[in-house]
Amino acid sequence: MANTPQTFDANFLSRLDAIIARYPRSRSAIMPMLHLVQAREGYVTAEGIEVIAEKLDLTTAEVHAVASFYTQYRRTPAGEYHVGVCTNTLCAIMGGDAIFAGLKDHLGVENNERTADGKVSLEHIECNAACDYAPVVMVNWEFFDNQTVESAKTLVDDLRAGKKPTPTRGPDSVPTFKEASEVLAGFNDGRANEGVQAGEPTLLGLKIAKGERK
Amino acid sequence: MSKLTPVLSAHWDERDSHTLAGYQRHGGYNAMKKALAMDPDAVIQMVKDSGLRGRGGAGFPTGNKWGFIPQGDNKDHYLVVNADESEPGTCKDTPLLMANPHVLVEGVIISSYAIRAKHAFIYIRGEVTHVTRRMLQAIEDAYKAGFLGKNILGKGFDLELTLHIGAGAYICGEETALLDSLEGFRGQPRLRPPFPAIAGLYARPTVVNNVESIASVPAIIDKGAEWFASLGTEKSKGFTLFSLSGHVNNPGQFEAPLGITLRELLELAGGVRTGHRLKFWTPGGSSTPIFTDAHLDTPLDYESVSAAGSMLGTKALQIFDETTCVLRAVLRWTEFYKHESCGKCTPCREGTWWLVQILRDLENGKGSEADLAKLLDICDNLLGRSFCALGDGAASPIMSSIKYFRDEYIAHLTNGGCPFDPVASTLFASSKAGA
Repeated sequence: MANTPQTFDANFLSRLDAIIARYPRSRSAIMPMLHLVQAREGYVTAEGIEVIAEKLDLTTAEVHAVASFYTQYRRTPAGEYHVGVCTNTLCAIMGGDAIFAGLKDHLGVENNERTADGKVSLEHIECNAACDYAPVVMVNWEFFDNQTVESAKTLVDDLRAGKKPTPTRGPDSVPTFKEASEVLAGFNDGRANEGVQAGEPTLLGLKIAKGERK
Repeated sequence: MSKLTPVLSAHWDERDSHTLAGYQRHGGYNAMKKALAMDPDAVIQMVKDSGLRGRGGAGFPTGNKWGFIPQGDNKDHYLVVNADESEPGTCKDTPLLMANPHVLVEGVIISSYAIRAKHAFIYIRGEVTHVTRRMLQAIEDAYKAGFLGKNILGKGFDLELTLHIGAGAYICGEETALLDSLEGFRGQPRLRPPFPAIAGLYARPTVVNNVESIASVPAIIDKGAEWFASLGTEKSKGFTLFSLSGHVNNPGQFEAPLGITLRELLELAGGVRTGHRLKFWTPGGSSTPIFTDAHLDTPLDYESVSAAGSMLGTKALQIFDETTCVLRAVLRWTEFYKHESCGKCTPCREGTWWLVQILRDLENGKGSEADLAKLLDICDNLLGRSFCALGDGAASPIMSSIKYFRDEYIAHLTNGGCPFDPVASTLFASSKAGA
């Protein structure tokens, strides 16, 4: 491990080993490892690519080839809060296009850019499997349902002011990008029991069947 | 009397439905105990007898898929659950796993036992942090309870379950691309044959099933194949989740037998947005050809939807009213397919790019009627000629929308641009109108 970049401590390296141990073949660990690099660095750094390549006995080109295929692996730093506005057809039509335009204007950034204070990055995202809650905004991949242009502006203002807003269906407070990336690397942060088990649209059919709603 | 049949969703209204205690309060993991006392082949037969068909889009009989796994071959077998829910409009697996991750874990245990897999994987999309948490917690709790790991329930059955988290690539919902991704490569579809049942994950016999399919297994084992088969239609058995979104008064999830109609579902959803009328809809996500108000009474089962010219798909019913520009909707879906095309095969990589160029021009009132023929020509080169179904999906909205709304495409040319007001179709507009 002579060439391992000095930036990575023993704890980080042991977590990479823990990821490898989940799989019958080590190469399968590449995706969670990339998420873990983002959990530490805020994006996929050259050093991160190197350490993964070394751990998996791959070339850095092979790791790059995988990292560049997947949208969530970033080549530039995310904001502390990465805000995604769904602009796939249904959300776009229900108001997602207006929300995205409103946030670009409000934050003074374009798609996939971050505010000068590093707090918020903005991206238009594809369908996030919450169409019955449209229009949907995600912050570090937590659900903020049924948004309007105004509610989304308030949301990003709160994020920039250091308040920790509560997702509609998620933990009690929104995690940072790095904290969320750690969960996406497969490390349980112990917050699974926070938040609702389901929102109202999820329960609509059940409540009608039970005669609790028309 | 509503037609609804909550089974998967039966206890989602309980505050702790996502916990082990909440799941076991209503008999959770009893089906596992029953299954592990059966011969594995008998479990496969029971799922075959139930008539359960894949809930991820293609509708392939689940038990038959399991039956293709060669037994006694001295090879490792794998079960891989496709939880990479990303088809536009599709929003059933995500709320299911948020409200009850344990039903999937139990389904995984039973299914792995049946196909003799000792390691199972759940490939979940990377853009749903809280669902990932709940899944991680459920797996941890199942290990602690002795339902996963070595010698489960003292029956000599070992099973490891790994949650694999994606990173934003729609194509990984295609089962062979998913396998490549899980092996640590770019997620690109494989040429078939060989099919995953023969050479899947790590070139070993592998079953890939959708979340809802596997989550339906415990109920089948618990209540019996006959019970399941008594619901639904002759060839489309059982209950399923229908997801209504868009221009309806009350969007949401509705668990009902296959064969229910949009007219019936719309009634449950409070109808199309007040003051408006149905214009077009997707029966099963954006990859399924659109329908119009002429299809309100088409039974939503695999055969009937297919006979009417579309596909049941994921039962993601996206409803659009008359304020919606069909060209805008189709362009946006096409931009999605272009973005998500993996680039492996030429018809899809090049075709989706050109489709976007032509549609953008048309939306801006540029081009001519001959461009419609060009669009259809490109679609003809995509449909059935791509490596995987992404190409088919890209062609479907274009071909079906030109079929039903050709005049609206032309109107963009005569009008010199889009004749619709996008504000009128937003949720904010409707809430103002309702106030």
